[in-house]
Amino acid sequence: MTADAHAASARAAVQRSLAGQRRPLREYVFHLALLVSVALALAFLVALLSYVVVHGWDRLDANLFLNQPTALLRRIDEAGVQSAIFGTLWVISLTALFCIPTGVLAAIYLEEYGRREMWFNRLIELNIQNLAAVPSIVYGILALGLIARPPLNLGFTVITAALTLSLLVLPILIISSREAIRAVPNSIRDGSLALGATQWQTIRRQVLPVAVPGIATGTILALSRAIGEAAPLLLLGAVQFVTFNPSGPDSSYTVLPIQIFNLATRPQEGFRTLGWAAIIVLLAILLLMNSVAIAVRNRYQKRW
Amino acid sequence: MSDTISTLPSTKGSAMTDQTAIDTAPALGLHQEREVPDLDDPVFELGDVSVWYGDYQAVRNVDLTIGRQQITAMIGPSGCGKSTVIRCLNRMNDLIPGARVVGKISYHGEDMYADYVDPIEVRRRIGMVFQKPNPFPKSVYDNVAYGPRVNGFKGKLADIVEEALVDAALWDEVKDKLKTNALALSGGQQQRLCIARTIAVKPEAILMDEPCSALDPIATAKIEDLMQDLAKTYTIVIVTHNMQQAARVSDRTAFFTAEVDADGVRHGRLVEYEPTRQMFSKPTDKRTEDYISGRFG
Repeated sequence: MTADAHAASARAAVQRSLAGQRRPLREYVFHLALLVSVALALAFLVALLSYVVVHGWDRLDANLFLNQPTALLRRIDEAGVQSAIFGTLWVISLTALFCIPTGVLAAIYLEEYGRREMWFNRLIELNIQNLAAVPSIVYGILALGLIARPPLNLGFTVITAALTLSLLVLPILIISSREAIRAVPNSIRDGSLALGATQWQTIRRQVLPVAVPGIATGTILALSRAIGEAAPLLLLGAVQFVTFNPSGPDSSYTVLPIQIFNLATRPQEGFRTLGWAAIIVLLAILLLMNSVAIAVRNRYQKRW
Repeated sequence: MSDTISTLPSTKGSAMTDQTAIDTAPALGLHQEREVPDLDDPVFELGDVSVWYGDYQAVRNVDLTIGRQQITAMIGPSGCGKSTVIRCLNRMNDLIPGARVVGKISYHGEDMYADYVDPIEVRRRIGMVFQKPNPFPKSVYDNVAYGPRVNGFKGKLADIVEEALVDAALWDEVKDKLKTNALALSGGQQQRLCIARTIAVKPEAILMDEPCSALDPIATAKIEDLMQDLAKTYTIVIVTHNMQQAARVSDRTAFFTAEVDADGVRHGRLVEYEPTRQMFSKPTDKRTEDYISGRFG
């Protein structure tokens, strides 16, 4: 064999070893399945949003925000959902007021103080995980029996709704806050404690500031869940036909999801269009809340 | 690139001048400048100390006396309990669920684990520097000011911060970036910042748990230099994997090893405790000699 032939066969051998096996068909199929799943999810979202916008666009005007709902057919074109917008804002603000401090403090207890080897701490954990999976209508029944009626007897009011939604989203809030707190490296806690800081100083000055982005994200997700809830409030007086804005925590109320439900069941086309427009408002409020969460996360994010 | 070569330790070569030194001493870089300080006024005394994690006895029957204003090194193979012992000296082990200390650890003669003792106060007086630099994700200034702040310091914080950074040989490198995030510093600077943070609360002793194991040789040399300076004021205990480091910086060395008892349970024991020069030249225990000469570990 000549030197050239040697060189050629050596090259061929190297090329063969680099070429490797042909990739099996499986890989391509799997890849395709992933793409299709993403595309499907996106397509549904786009379809839903465009459907809503197309149907509600005509009534997305100032009247929607400035006027109250009406039963009068002759005023169908200028009716609005102001009472539901204000009701939603009232309920969600009070919900935030009740559930954020409670949820964050509960998460701090479970992560920083509650020793896992104590049986009741494990019981609390197990219960919180189960509570997060309880259907919302069950919370409605519970609230009807405990909050709206005696013993608390707060009636069908904004505060009843807020307390109920707080109970509903508290498990979600606690679980996400715990994850945020757990993600703070232990070396930070050790460093602080080794300087003679107390446990509370360590939590307050080192752990919480680092956990804020995660807690904020979890909070907004929990409140977004609360703002879209209709089921428990069906039992708590939100279905009333309300043509005035809530005057305070003890006022009657309605909220957007329920107002949308009411409008959608009316036979007149004009009311249904109004319902579509109200959906756009609800989605806009949700989007606004999520962007606040993203802004907070980016603002406070720490890198290691 | 703020670490420069100009500050390599000057202690290394001096061993050559001592004609009586054993041959291994210069090779190990033993520092010969300091007289071996005495143990007359000890800071820590450990009497028959065992440490338990739940049902597991990790370290057994340690007797050790640690002297004032000197550097005591703890060396030994992995799992020999040296880190466990050092974490008992400022009650950091309290933070591990199930950990408990049996035997007596005293601080200036007082039982550190007595009921009336507040671990927070213990840690204020006995600082700690960890294996991985762990600055807080805050500015350089706030890192150093944190200790005085949580301890209710009244006075000019800026002075305390500057003093601590000067003492930690970091001031020149960070004086123009006190407001920048500490995580932007290099690993070696971060570790010196952690030392500055520790001395800002004016402790009596500083415990260092493998403070250089995450650092490059130049940053390591700077920390070793710094330790020599600090030992004039502070009592320093250092755990290290690196025998040469123990030989270079310490006055006394405690050699720990991992043993297996009759029931097959692995545990840590103190084998030998001597002035460093003596341990690295004429160890009394065969196991120490084997470890130092690189036969195991």
